[in-house]
Amino acid sequence: MNAILILANLTFREAIRRRIVLAGLALGISFLIIYSIGLHFILVEVRQAFTLRDLPAGQNIMNVESQNAFLMAGLYAITFLSIAMAALLGADTLAGEINSGTIQTIVSKPIRRADVVLGKWLGFAGLLGLYLLFMAGGVVLSIFIQSGYVADNLLNGLSLIYLETLLIMTITLMCSASFPALATGGIVFGLYSLAFIGGWIEQIGAVIQNSTAVKIGIITSLIIPSESLWRRAAFEMQTPLAGVLGVSPFGASSVPSPLMVIYALFYLAVCLILAIRIFQKRDL
Amino acid sequence: MSSEPAIKTDQLRKVFGEYAAVKGLTLQVEQGEVFGFLGPNGAGKTTSIKMLLGLISPSSGTASLLGRPIGDRDVMAHIGFLPEHFRFQEWLNAREFLTLHGQLLRMKADDLVLRMDELLERVGLADYRNKLLRTFSKGMLQRVGLAQALLNRPALIFLDEPTSGLDPVGRRLVRDVIREIRAQGTAVFLNSHLLSEIEVTCDRVAFIRHGEVVRVLELAALSMDETSLTIRVSNFPAEALTGLSQWGKDIQRDGEHISMVIQSDVVLPEITRYLVSKRGEVYAITPNRRSLEDIFIETVGKDGGL
Repeated sequence: MNAILILANLTFREAIRRRIVLAGLALGISFLIIYSIGLHFILVEVRQAFTLRDLPAGQNIMNVESQNAFLMAGLYAITFLSIAMAALLGADTLAGEINSGTIQTIVSKPIRRADVVLGKWLGFAGLLGLYLLFMAGGVVLSIFIQSGYVADNLLNGLSLIYLETLLIMTITLMCSASFPALATGGIVFGLYSLAFIGGWIEQIGAVIQNSTAVKIGIITSLIIPSESLWRRAAFEMQTPLAGVLGVSPFGASSVPSPLMVIYALFYLAVCLILAIRIFQKRDL
Repeated sequence: MSSEPAIKTDQLRKVFGEYAAVKGLTLQVEQGEVFGFLGPNGAGKTTSIKMLLGLISPSSGTASLLGRPIGDRDVMAHIGFLPEHFRFQEWLNAREFLTLHGQLLRMKADDLVLRMDELLERVGLADYRNKLLRTFSKGMLQRVGLAQALLNRPALIFLDEPTSGLDPVGRRLVRDVIREIRAQGTAVFLNSHLLSEIEVTCDRVAFIRHGEVVRVLELAALSMDETSLTIRVSNFPAEALTGLSQWGKDIQRDGEHISMVIQSDVVLPEITRYLVSKRGEVYAITPNRRSLEDIFIETVGKDGGL
């Protein structure tokens, strides 16, 4: 078997054995349960308030808007959980193994150091993909079962959310190749917060039509494009009306262009290459 | 590859900032040889091993393993390594752990299964094959680490303090394993503080101080060295004392105790016969060979080279 696949498999099994995934799933399932129950009561309320007698439920515009808003809120929470998972998985991985010396018997095998980084990346990517699929699938299914609603461009939106978690995971892996786990966690959450604030400034700027604020947002997106991926994902999935109505934490009024998605892909590739380069040069 | 030395280094050097951990290591280890690497704490032993294994990049100098420059990926399939601070994937069980390392060594699946069971048996962990490493004691981890280092039947194996966590039984095991793999032609690079271990297992030793080889010694030559001899004998006539000078020098007598210096311990039986023939009643004949420890202290100094 190829060294990258062996190490990807190892990474995957480690996350499962060390109960990181279990913790994530336990929290995720509680989230889905609470979410579904809350959704149920709100949908009942919304139906009573907005359904016109002669229109079947689900076709009413306010029904659709509220269902979409609820979907976006759910996916927003899941994005955050996935990102937290990405950062937690990645922060300790290289740093921890370098620190403990576990890495020594691995790297002194007939493999490339790049295989170690790529194997870990692949293992985490698989894990995060499954996690996201499970969680997002739960939210989408919960809404579908309770109301029959399915958002437009769901697959595009979820792919962008996945790209965002991969981006955060790759940045974490890169930092983990040079810094201890705690510092890595600090840096990654710092960057994530920066993107978050920048995104908000851009959103508000778009609503009040202040071009400077929008520019600040775009610049932060260039520094770290994670939040703009969420906003692009939201734009793909939200109803047209929600976009017009303005600022909501779960939607997008200033929409990042497709170019930003390409930029994010490029950004991810550079981080991965840097992670490999840093790890190759490092004394272990 | 077969005729190349197992290890060859030339002025290998590693500088961390201002501090030279290894100043210039030049040595050669032949294939099939058990080579002891001795030196006080901080002499650069582990750093040297790490450079040879490609874990640390040298600041300057060159080195090769089995004829290939260090950092060569393919040669690592023929190398075994048990690190000093062995920390392994503790969430794996013993078999999974060995499977992982065997796969990374590119071993064939069926060979790996056989080899793994054979080695678990050899290091005394056959009953623990399905136990998680998390539940292992330090000594057990060291044993499974040793099995890991032996998986690929290496041509060259690096053992960095292989007995540090082991009880006397475990130490005996390591010593026996070293003898076995030496008989199979494996070169062993052994870094240990336990000089008595080194003394019984190694063919040659290098003394390191400040990251330089200060002395290389053939251990077989040690028994050929000048040795002081203590004899305890009663009823030994005073006039017979000078007769001992045919086997040695510096002969002194103090009551029942005679001391002298001999060139080699091959003369011991003759001395014994002589003492008996002169009606001496012999209680003890003790050659006080200089131990490796004496030579160690003499070579690196009492300050340990600090």
